[in-house]
Amino acid sequence: MDLNILWFLLLGVLLAGYAALDGFDFGVGMLSALAPAEQDRRTLIQSIGPFWDGNEVWLVTFGGAMLAAFPEAYATVFSGFYVPFMAVLLALILRAVSLVFRNRLESAAWRRVWDVAFSYSSLLASLLFGIAVGAAIVGLPLDAGGIFRGDLRDIVFPPGAPWYPLLAGAMTVALFTMHGGLFLLSRVEGPLVARIRRWVWSALCVFVVLYLVTTVVTLATIPRVLANFQRFPWVWAVVAASVAALALILRGLLGGRPWQSFAASSALVVGLVGLVGFSLFPDMVVSRLPGGHSLTIYNAASSQKTLVVMTIIAGIGFPLAAAYMAILYRTFRGRVRTPG
Amino acid sequence: MDVVILSRLQFALTIMFHYLFPPLTIGLSVVVVYLLGMRLRTRLPIYEAAARFWTRIFGINFALGVATGVVMEFQFGTNWAAFSRFVGDVFGSAVAAEGIFAFFLESGFLAVLLFGWDRISPRFHFLSAVMVSLGSIFSAVWIVIANSWLQTPAGSVLREHTVGARTFLRAEITDFWAVVFSPSSMNRLAHVWTGAFLLGAFFVMSISAWYLLRRRHEDFARRSFSGALLLATFFSLAQLLSGHRSGVQVARTQPAKLAAFEAIYHTEPEGGTRMFLFGIPSDEEQKVYGVSVPDMLSFFVYGRTDIPVPGLDQLGPLWGRPPVAVPFLAFHLMVAIGVFFIAVTLLGSYLHIRQRLFEKRWLLWVFVFSVLPAFAANQLGWVAAEVGRQPWVVYPTLVDGTLVGGLRTEHGVSEALQASHVLGSIIMFGLIYTLLFAIWVWVLNHWIQRGPAPVGPRPISAPRAAFLDIGAERVAHEAGLIEEPVAARPPAERRSGLGTGREEGS
Repeated sequence: MDLNILWFLLLGVLLAGYAALDGFDFGVGMLSALAPAEQDRRTLIQSIGPFWDGNEVWLVTFGGAMLAAFPEAYATVFSGFYVPFMAVLLALILRAVSLVFRNRLESAAWRRVWDVAFSYSSLLASLLFGIAVGAAIVGLPLDAGGIFRGDLRDIVFPPGAPWYPLLAGAMTVALFTMHGGLFLLSRVEGPLVARIRRWVWSALCVFVVLYLVTTVVTLATIPRVLANFQRFPWVWAVVAASVAALALILRGLLGGRPWQSFAASSALVVGLVGLVGFSLFPDMVVSRLPGGHSLTIYNAASSQKTLVVMTIIAGIGFPLAAAYMAILYRTFRGRVRTPG
Repeated sequence: MDVVILSRLQFALTIMFHYLFPPLTIGLSVVVVYLLGMRLRTRLPIYEAAARFWTRIFGINFALGVATGVVMEFQFGTNWAAFSRFVGDVFGSAVAAEGIFAFFLESGFLAVLLFGWDRISPRFHFLSAVMVSLGSIFSAVWIVIANSWLQTPAGSVLREHTVGARTFLRAEITDFWAVVFSPSSMNRLAHVWTGAFLLGAFFVMSISAWYLLRRRHEDFARRSFSGALLLATFFSLAQLLSGHRSGVQVARTQPAKLAAFEAIYHTEPEGGTRMFLFGIPSDEEQKVYGVSVPDMLSFFVYGRTDIPVPGLDQLGPLWGRPPVAVPFLAFHLMVAIGVFFIAVTLLGSYLHIRQRLFEKRWLLWVFVFSVLPAFAANQLGWVAAEVGRQPWVVYPTLVDGTLVGGLRTEHGVSEALQASHVLGSIIMFGLIYTLLFAIWVWVLNHWIQRGPAPVGPRPISAPRAAFLDIGAERVAHEAGLIEEPVAARPPAERRSGLGTGREEGS
């Protein structure tokens, strides 16, 4: 395996880690809109309290690693997605500060404002990440030198598959809502549990429908993906694994084992990120213009020397980072109790 | 307006707002480590009360630093795509290293530090504070290394790279350690760290002095003030040395920047170059109105007074002309603040040794407001450094009389960027940062008015648990990163919250 493939995989690990981790706190954020009582909201928000900041570091590290390993892809994607990414930044800032500020004043109206900001910024971030991934699968208007030549419409309503990014966005929203709900089932206790179970079931049903629709639309309208699946037939094993993960979520839900469901839904998120990766590989940013030039894991990459340096950095850094995260999650494991 | 100016404005706005927080958190993290260490050693409740107070303030600054920091990393790609293509191979490694070595460390232990009171052993709590502090100090290391490489590139070479029909030059690493130890990186890192420690110390002294003036929390305030004064005195003097070393470095590698700092429009025909104590440069008249010391700059740079420092008239044609007024004023204000810090901390230390400091109300008032110049000095130093390196975003190196390796700022901007989009995002950041700034000031004021909560004497018994099991005692918890813990409950009740692993209601 060459270093370019290794770094494509490592970026996938970072993105999958980010989606599985921040995904659940986006989900909790969206679900908190459904809990009108102050007590319940506090419980929901406190369940992710110690984790959200560490989860976001995965995104920051993903961005840094992409700049270092594939600067061409980083530059083209980030500049091409200018407006959606500025909206992502708005959402991420609002999310962070609403968590920090909500309890600073004993005023229901003050909390209400930050709670609304928290829910909607979680929704906005999930939707936008989904749209960005959908647009990447459809392909971008790149010129012969691999530079983005288009505008916002080319991302949100790309010609050829105009509703695909929004569909991917909606599926991501449903996925994260379910994922967050499953996280909550193993983090909270009391009467709230029954309501969360209802939310999870609804999100699960919506997700399954959207997942099926997205799969059909992908295979029907984006022939490159099907071709890639035929080229790497063992990708079907990932598809099978994601279906198995769905079955395990159901099993955990029906059997009263919320941790099993949450673990399965984390695996599902990771599997879906993997499928996105396989549908692009060996491209990183696909050009859908005639005469346009796609950015691959080779022409978008840094020099081999830099990839070696980065591999050493990752070899030292990843185990340490994993250890810190393990200590964090272990220290704050268990169920949240809100003093009445 | 064109996208280059707008993107530069946006970068200035977002980085300056962001940079209110990191130096403060670096400085405060050291204060918290010190207090938790003292708590561990002396078991005095006063140290716990003080540590709780400063940790809470640390927490909100940290959160704002994180929230505004993500913006920085996105912007390299959104607004400066061509720059990213040019430097990604070199600059990107440092940015990635910052994420993996520093941010994971900080965020992994932050929640344990903020909410570990009463729940984990004081020893593990102290360890968490050390980890968070190291994380914030490391983050400065990598980002300063990245920025220093832009100022004084080393360990890299320009090579052609081809994507489809486009072939262009980009910088590639040849020697990683030469990138890390580029000519300016260690001087600048020392300068940035010292600036952060000074800000932390002056922040603590400001609040403590205010309590002393109001005769509130006097024991707490005296202890905080004394420790911070010692720190500030040492680092004020150290900053003089580190600033001097940075200045000599700039003269060697970025001569046009030094000429801008000192507004040397014309090279002296013979003899040394003067240095302005204060002044106002005028670009139209190509001169400075102010008070200067003859030959001083030549003495600082070369150690002798008979060689002139080259001015913009000589350097401009080759190196490009940076703006003069902004770097000159920013640099001189920063230096003036540094001198003021030395004076005020030496005076404070002298009076403190003679046990008369806390009677001098006027001096305490000076310390209350000195936190503002401490914030300003950190900002001004960066303004001088970043405006002074214009028109380059990657500074060129002089090899055999020609410049190699540079990238002009105007060539770094994204190819596909539209001015209206950048204007929109500037307005968005402007609005939200104004809001955040107001709330930040308000929340800080709220906590300072409330002051540290007293902590009663109680035995601190360290539960001896295996390292990873250190938090096992606390399974049910009431708070996360969003709330302070409620009053400590007796251990028996806490333990009764142990989850059974089965879900209720199923």
